[in-house]
Amino acid sequence: MELTELLEIAQKERFLEKPVQIRCCVAAGCLSANSQAVKQHLEEAVTATGLDGQVQVSGVGCMRLCCQGPLVQVVDTQTEPKSLGTLYEKVTPDDASSIIAAINGEETTVQRGDLAHPFFTNQMPIVLENSGKVDPERIQSYIAAQGYQALYRVLREMTPNEVVNAITQSGLRGRGGAGYPTGLKWATVAKAKGERKFVICNADEGDPGAFMDRSVLESDPHRVLEGMAIAAYAVGAKQGYMYVRAEYPIAISRLQIAIRQAQHLGLLGSQIFESPFDFKIEIRIGAGAYVCGEETALMASIEGKRGTPHPRPPYPAESGLWGYPTLINNVETFANISPIIRKGADWFASIGTQKSKGTKVFALAGKIRNTGLIEVPMGTSLRQIVEEMGGGVPDGGSAKAVQTGGPSGGCIPESAFDTPVDYESLTNLGSMMGSGGMIVMDQNTNMVDVARFFMEFCMDESCGKCIPCRVGTVQLYRLLTKIRQGEASVADLELLEELCDMVKHTSLCGLGQSAPNPVFSTLRYFRDEYLKLIHVTTDGRR
Amino acid sequence: MTVKTLTINEQLISAHEEQTILEAAQDSGIHIPTLCHLEGVTDVGACRLCLVEVTGTQKLLPACVTKVAEDMEVCTNSKRLQQYRRMIIEMLFAEGNHICSVCVANGNCELQDLAIEMGMDHVRLDYQFPKRKVDASHDRFGIDHNRCVLCTRCVRVCDEIEGAHTWDMAGRGTNSHVITDLNQPWGTSQTCTSCGKCVNACPTGALFYQGSSVGEMKHDRAKLEFLVTAREKHQWLF
Repeated sequence: MELTELLEIAQKERFLEKPVQIRCCVAAGCLSANSQAVKQHLEEAVTATGLDGQVQVSGVGCMRLCCQGPLVQVVDTQTEPKSLGTLYEKVTPDDASSIIAAINGEETTVQRGDLAHPFFTNQMPIVLENSGKVDPERIQSYIAAQGYQALYRVLREMTPNEVVNAITQSGLRGRGGAGYPTGLKWATVAKAKGERKFVICNADEGDPGAFMDRSVLESDPHRVLEGMAIAAYAVGAKQGYMYVRAEYPIAISRLQIAIRQAQHLGLLGSQIFESPFDFKIEIRIGAGAYVCGEETALMASIEGKRGTPHPRPPYPAESGLWGYPTLINNVETFANISPIIRKGADWFASIGTQKSKGTKVFALAGKIRNTGLIEVPMGTSLRQIVEEMGGGVPDGGSAKAVQTGGPSGGCIPESAFDTPVDYESLTNLGSMMGSGGMIVMDQNTNMVDVARFFMEFCMDESCGKCIPCRVGTVQLYRLLTKIRQGEASVADLELLEELCDMVKHTSLCGLGQSAPNPVFSTLRYFRDEYLKLIHVTTDGRR
Repeated sequence: MTVKTLTINEQLISAHEEQTILEAAQDSGIHIPTLCHLEGVTDVGACRLCLVEVTGTQKLLPACVTKVAEDMEVCTNSKRLQQYRRMIIEMLFAEGNHICSVCVANGNCELQDLAIEMGMDHVRLDYQFPKRKVDASHDRFGIDHNRCVLCTRCVRVCDEIEGAHTWDMAGRGTNSHVITDLNQPWGTSQTCTSCGKCVNACPTGALFYQGSSVGEMKHDRAKLEFLVTAREKHQWLF
């Protein structure tokens, strides 16, 4: 494969495009709301009306406003000035003929979405730039959207060192949650000595309420593969692993298709783009353990061992998979790579805040009007996200707190909603960026319940290797239950805090170390809710 | 081999480059409590008892897997560490069913020793009273899961020293437990060589020799008759 061939594929794809595009979302959310049937009915309706020559129905990735799915977007590429098209919401298979009729200027009763709403206009798509536009199951569609051009540039025009420098300059930080500088990680693996090296993509997204990585993989799998290949070239790896949880069957199937297509075109495999660079990617499917998102446990799982973490150091960059230097990044991190190479590190570094560059994808869920996927520049305030984009709490309720970072994060109260969203600010508030789950809670939410829910999650997901996490989460869960039932004393509350401190500082891996965070943050901002539940004895003692 | 000098509890000591903080401390006569550590097998850093404070890092580091470094300043017995250790032991007592008075290991138990060392005279946590099983299907040994602290010393000694890998872990979190083969009764294990290394590696009374536990004492009354017959009739009848 040469660049000219790549451009030919892109040109041919664009040439075959029909004037009117009907994009039907086939990501998990809409699929489970019957979008496959919607797509089929749309195709049939197009044929029935004889519009085959002008109208094209295609399955695309996530269109973001998941709560209104199945979503269908109709774009007429010939209108001037260019319009965003029309978004149809909650489309049923029976609506198909009506939507087709609307293309011919007839009236339709199908619910329309407002593409000028801040939910859409405040987004800045970098990771999601192709989401909702390209067909995730056709590599040509990705190539037509400048796909694999960054990989070509890297392999033919840049040295591995230059690639690492570009990523370092961009200021990109790990999107898995901890925010470790990506360039530094790549540089460490590139410098590490080893007969073999590996690149792993962590797609074991497991936080309750988080579906960012899932959407990226289901909507634009090639982008992640391209990012991995660029990383492999930069660090000197020839083998990559995509670790996806088994709960994401659609993502797995699209990744399998994508890898096969890329191999077929010589974009993965041996001598990619006629260069000496070889890179293969294999999929490894997780068996449903949350702890396998922790990098050392994930690698043990790939090796076929029990998925339990081991102490770091040694870090994976030095001794990872089978003892070889290993680069492990999250899905969203890899999805950022190709645009950074295409548009330049300076462009990326100009977005976001001083220490947190670029954008972040969040899965907006909970008590909020617009549930779905958003990608916003770092530094956007929580208030903008919740009130402007999310449309606030439905049914006249008011937002009480936002939970970020899943079981490792915390609850941020409404009073702190003006905080800009970046790694440091969220950590200072006692929460964390995390992988991007954002759950909005209204005034009816009991914060002890929230803490108890996340503790139950950690208790169920603790691997059992180290004592503080294995026993501590059970004890904390029991204490929270006791408090919730109004049977706890002040001494129990003190023990709760002592245990939290101990579990945080003595646990082996991130799961245990961060398991007390939801308790800490709810105690910090909503202590009165705990105190209200403390049992008072008949003589007034607590 | 390069030698490093470091300070442990304000005592200046020297250690080989490849040594861990735990080994260096032991060589210098400084005691650090351990449970999952067993000399001769790989360390896993799981029990967290050997956590120490190292100047310059916020994190507590497990002494069994942390290598020494030049000018390292280590503290092994701060008040905070002692409180954490006591809590770990309390957790173990709350998690299993540890009744010393009826245990085969009473008086020879590392868990008991640690409780005494930490001054753990009572448990502040909720006893979990788990429903756990006993496997006495092996003709020479037995395992009482009620007393297991999940240190995995049996797993490692069987895998790394005996090379049999009969033991492994199953389940997760509070439900994790050791198993033989693919969770088959120990007595039916195809891989067990009956070497007994696991029994000797166990810190508590979870793994024991058949016949050694409370209530297993058997009187051999026939022996008396045998002796009397032998003495009086000069007949050695079995």
